[in-house]
Amino acid sequence: MRTTLDRPLLITLFLLCGYGLAMVYSAGQTDVPSFAERAWIRQAGWMVVAVIAASLSFRVSFRLLEWSAPLLYGLGLVLLVVTLLVGTGAGTAASSKSWLAIGGVRIGQPVELAKLGTVLLLARYLSGLRHAPATLRDLVTPGLIAGVPFLLVLRQPDLGSAMVFIGILFTMLFWGGVRPSLLLLLASPMVSLLLAANTAWWAGWIVLLTVLLLVWRTYVSEGVFIWLVNAAMGVLAIMLWDRLKPHQQQRLVSFLNPAADPVNSGYQAIQSKVAIGSGGWFGNGWLEGPQKRLAFLPEQPTDFIFSVVGEEMGFIGVLVALALFFTLFLILIRVARRATDTFSSLVVFGVLGMLFTHVFENVGMTINLMPITGIPLPFFSYGGSFVLACGLSMGLVFRVAWDARSSGYVET
Amino acid sequence: MSSAFNPFRVRERSAIATWVLAVVFLLLIGAFFRAQVLSSEDFRRQSANNRLRRLTLASPRGIIFDRHGVPIAENAPGYTVRLVARTGSGQSPKDSLRAVVRRIGKLVPISEDLEAQVVRRYEIAPFQPALVFANASLETVAVLEEHRYLLPGLVVRTEPRRSYPGGSAVAHLIGYVTEVSDDDLEKKRYPGAKAGTLVGKDGLESRYDSIVRGLEGVSFVEVDARGRMVRDESQSPALKPVAGEPIKTTIDLGLQLYTDSLWNADYAGKRGGAIAMMPNGEVLALYSAPTFDPNEFISGVSPRRWGELNTDEARPLLNRAVRGSFPPGSPFKLVTAAVALKRGLVDFDSHMPQSCTGGLRFGNRVFHCWKRSGHGSLDLTGAIANSCNVYFYQLGLKIGLDNLLNEVTAMGLGRPTGIDLGSERSSIFPPSTAYYDRQYGSRGWSNAVTLNLSIGQGENAQTLLSQVRFYAAMAGDGVIPTPYIVKPPTDAQRSLGLSPEQLRGLRSAMQAVVDRGTAARSGGRDIRVAGKTGTAQNPHGADHGWFVAFAPADDPKIVVGAIMEFALHGTVVAPFVVKVIRRYLESLDPSLAKVDVRIMLQPDSATTESDLPDDSTGQIREP
Repeated sequence: MRTTLDRPLLITLFLLCGYGLAMVYSAGQTDVPSFAERAWIRQAGWMVVAVIAASLSFRVSFRLLEWSAPLLYGLGLVLLVVTLLVGTGAGTAASSKSWLAIGGVRIGQPVELAKLGTVLLLARYLSGLRHAPATLRDLVTPGLIAGVPFLLVLRQPDLGSAMVFIGILFTMLFWGGVRPSLLLLLASPMVSLLLAANTAWWAGWIVLLTVLLLVWRTYVSEGVFIWLVNAAMGVLAIMLWDRLKPHQQQRLVSFLNPAADPVNSGYQAIQSKVAIGSGGWFGNGWLEGPQKRLAFLPEQPTDFIFSVVGEEMGFIGVLVALALFFTLFLILIRVARRATDTFSSLVVFGVLGMLFTHVFENVGMTINLMPITGIPLPFFSYGGSFVLACGLSMGLVFRVAWDARSSGYVET
Repeated sequence: MSSAFNPFRVRERSAIATWVLAVVFLLLIGAFFRAQVLSSEDFRRQSANNRLRRLTLASPRGIIFDRHGVPIAENAPGYTVRLVARTGSGQSPKDSLRAVVRRIGKLVPISEDLEAQVVRRYEIAPFQPALVFANASLETVAVLEEHRYLLPGLVVRTEPRRSYPGGSAVAHLIGYVTEVSDDDLEKKRYPGAKAGTLVGKDGLESRYDSIVRGLEGVSFVEVDARGRMVRDESQSPALKPVAGEPIKTTIDLGLQLYTDSLWNADYAGKRGGAIAMMPNGEVLALYSAPTFDPNEFISGVSPRRWGELNTDEARPLLNRAVRGSFPPGSPFKLVTAAVALKRGLVDFDSHMPQSCTGGLRFGNRVFHCWKRSGHGSLDLTGAIANSCNVYFYQLGLKIGLDNLLNEVTAMGLGRPTGIDLGSERSSIFPPSTAYYDRQYGSRGWSNAVTLNLSIGQGENAQTLLSQVRFYAAMAGDGVIPTPYIVKPPTDAQRSLGLSPEQLRGLRSAMQAVVDRGTAARSGGRDIRVAGKTGTAQNPHGADHGWFVAFAPADDPKIVVGAIMEFALHGTVVAPFVVKVIRRYLESLDPSLAKVDVRIMLQPDSATTESDLPDDSTGQIREP
């Protein structure tokens, strides 16, 4: 039997890209024309480039990929450091605007490469293990692999993109066989950090954690360590809060309560939600969103593209978009499950983790479920480097699916 | 393969992953369902009267200081009045704006074209409140606030407003501030400027706009569905304006103001310009008359007033100090002398072959000296002191046309001086004989042009700035300075190529011009002024008068030059220049304050010259 490309994946991607391009076009159609008016042409161009990139990465041998993973990862880190140096040198933008530039070609590119490099290196590391990591000590190496780029990106500062590395780490550890309870313990300091703002909540969390540690019967040393780190985080949070830039603080506060200050930091959150909410069941119609037309939406063609979807295509349009993403993720799970080897299986799941983090952060941000961070929505947001990164990773996924089919995989 | 990847475990994890995904997506869908289906009506209403209107917050422009730290341009608190266009009340936003402007017109005086202006501003930026008054008085604001209920959408704010305490005295030097024009926006002359941004025009405001302007801020005002403001957030803007950086200039504001008041007192109605400079190129004062009040532009000059300024026959917007170019006449003889000295052709006691008998025969024509009776045989010092044309005709011939053109061009007298003032006009001097070939054809001219050039006539037009700069070079160490007001020039500067002795000789020869005439006496000390008068021929009317001078003659600290149109002769200008010089030296040494200055120019040179303007200029005459 002749092997073909994975047809469901192809169709899903085609629909996502078409939907996305239509929305980028619409986002540019404002009453007062701006640069975004012709962004869709460039976006289409980038999509062509991405398809070419996908057909190239499709042809790369996974053994070569596995071998070169440290190199790609290292290159990504070097570029991130370079970006940091250049970025601080060019730091002329007002503090509340600096994050808008992120995702632009110059800054976005190293981040995208670092994401792919991290996926590959984690896949190589985890697939080389005899047993799945079972203790916190086993998690040190993968934690470092994702932690270094995380910190570098956080320094830019780009909290949104940095979070993607955390997303990749957790999804890949999970796919690599790490117990969910261990993952929860790994995540617990972050929960502690977030809850530290409210003493009662934090105290509750510490109690819950103590119970969980006892129930799960972790090693004593590990349990004590986790508990201490959580306690320390509660104290650290206040100090970290002071170190955040004012616009980051504002963004966190406005995430927690957007109505607190509607014209300043909550502006974007509220405008986005008003646009989405006014869409109703069926939306105002393609190109017809008044909020979008009046350019009330911040960063319409890039970060807030999904608000345009909500306003113009309504709840139905949102459902369609989310269903397409859900379908894509199910396909990725299926491809990862049927992969012929653990390395490629982990790569596919890493790509899933990356895309999922993007979708959840971005879509969640537009509806105020997540804090506002400048992070693009895959296949929708205008911006070259991320489209390219998506193309490359999709090429890899197609290859894994292809290999599985040609090896005659039958699921048992 | 690690044990974690046996098919059973993988299937188990796929199932978990699918469930987690499903839960997350349901969460998202739930949030959208709540907003888009359950609360849709609410949001739809909010969208319909979207409440936030974006306001640009002007950044305070950087203060421009004079050399002593006195502000030439500063910021005063001012009021702006804007209107938010109403939407959704049956009227079009433009009609509603017009109606409100008409109502404003019944309360306070407005110009007849205000309605159209406001509508135009609305069209440029429909989502911003349209500017009505950029600089409203407190009374206007009080009246408007009182009738706020009649004026939906009224937004009154305090904003920094540019102010020039020196007023018309600093107009051409400093320029003014106005809303950026469509043309400027299209050609991107002001990086970062958007419609409505205030930018500097002319003078220092324009030249250093990028430093002084700062960054505009953004804030939002919340309005209700009828366009009435319910909340003004300007106190906590979304994006704070960043103030422009201050700049320090070399200007002596006291001297600048004095120049203006002196001109208005003694030469009221005269057109012309004056520049005071230090020998190293630092500009102390730069003035042009007639002038205008740059403060007028701040509140947005009305089209009628703008038309008046532009069509006025006296052209008050023209900066005559750097944009007016005139035939230099006698002051240019020093250039000829400097070239000859540099080339080693003469020294100060050299005589020319022919002594002055009132004219020089060249070819079949006679070139006259201004003194028909002749000067007799003069050395270079004498020739400069007496401004003898015949001596300089011969000196020019001795230098040779090619050399003269090359040397003068190398001194930069055919180019802009490079002052940091933007709108400078280039002086004109033929760079080579090819110029004449182009103008008259290769056989259409003769060496006689050398004679004209050497006494400052002919194809030669100098700006006042260019001449003052040349005199500054003589007053200093021979380096031809690039004049500057803010930033010292970084490029290498040319030199006249004269030795210190030669420079001293030139200065003392010039001093002889005015020696017995112009001196300020104080406590037994003389302030000697060295200078040169000149007459610029004007085919359209009375001649223009030049005077360029520096003092003290033996150790020059200041160079001042002035030109007055239709002044007939430089002697008219000389008292003005000397008073400006005295005022400056006085500020360095207050004991000179009580000195009574009398100006007496050497009778043989200047005064007679003015009696015989035609002869003095060495025109070509057929015998």
